[in-house]
Amino acid sequence: MRTRASVLGLALVVVAAGAAAETRRVAEQQVQDVAAQLRCVVCQNLSVADSPSETATQMRTIVRERLEAGETPEQVTRYFVDRYGEWILLSPPRHGFNLLVWAAPAAAVVAGFTLVGLLLARWTRRRASAGPVVPSGVDAAMRERIRRETEMEP
Amino acid sequence: MRWLIPLSAVPVLALLAYGFRVNPRDIPSPLVGRPAAAFSLQTFEGAPLALEAQHGRVVVLNFWASWCHPACYDEAPVLERNWRAYRGRGVVVIGVDIQDKLEAAQKFMRDFSLSFPNVQDTTGQVSVDYGVYGVPETFFIDRRGRIRAKHVGALTDEVFRVNVERLLSETTG
Repeated sequence: MRTRASVLGLALVVVAAGAAAETRRVAEQQVQDVAAQLRCVVCQNLSVADSPSETATQMRTIVRERLEAGETPEQVTRYFVDRYGEWILLSPPRHGFNLLVWAAPAAAVVAGFTLVGLLLARWTRRRASAGPVVPSGVDAAMRERIRRETEMEP
Repeated sequence: MRWLIPLSAVPVLALLAYGFRVNPRDIPSPLVGRPAAAFSLQTFEGAPLALEAQHGRVVVLNFWASWCHPACYDEAPVLERNWRAYRGRGVVVIGVDIQDKLEAAQKFMRDFSLSFPNVQDTTGQVSVDYGVYGVPETFFIDRRGRIRAKHVGALTDEVFRVNVERLLSETTG
């Protein structure tokens, strides 16, 4: 009787362990993290995580199933890239030609500051070398007249 | 220094010129040349349909939906016509209905008297396996089960014939 009970207990433990190994519990956040990197194929600039469309819902289910089956987030992303190409990723991966996309904004900022710096340097140099401002076409008589008329003001 | 500013615009203009010349809707499929993903679904009539069972035949796999107007409506007669013309030569047309309502899909098939096998991809698994991002999309699969071409948009007689004839002319390796 006791052996039968322990055999039954052992069988239950084995079954429970088997079930746990088969499907891992995956937190909703993990599914969202992967889905957020994927482009919703039927939307304009929306991730699979943000889109309410049926396609995105199905894609989230596929993400969850693959994570539950024990795949890493990288493997799940790879699965989508293998089928859709890098186009499916909202952020282009940082290698090859794509580096241009990441480097261009920084390069533009550096170039902009350099340009402003160079122009400022040039303008201040020119002004410094130009000496005191002598307005042309204003002779001493005119200056005298302006002084007189401004002094006449009440 | 004076020529530096106009010169710096050259790479930007070159990039723009390249960008404007490519079609943003033309997304190359990484699947062309690769083995077609296996699937096993039920046809609308309830018969089992597995892609592997078509080995040795040229398969035209068409993704459609009843709400896909007008492209799917334009190509439905093309698919039916060519299926009838080529079925005796070892070609099979398979329709995969995606993101659709059952009744609407059945009406679509009735309206166009579609006689080739059609399945419904209710989970979206087949669509994702084929990297489908819109309907209609058509894949041409050779006798060895490899995807050889992908056509986005409504299929024409010309596109159907050219692709199928090319795959039929190949010897089964």
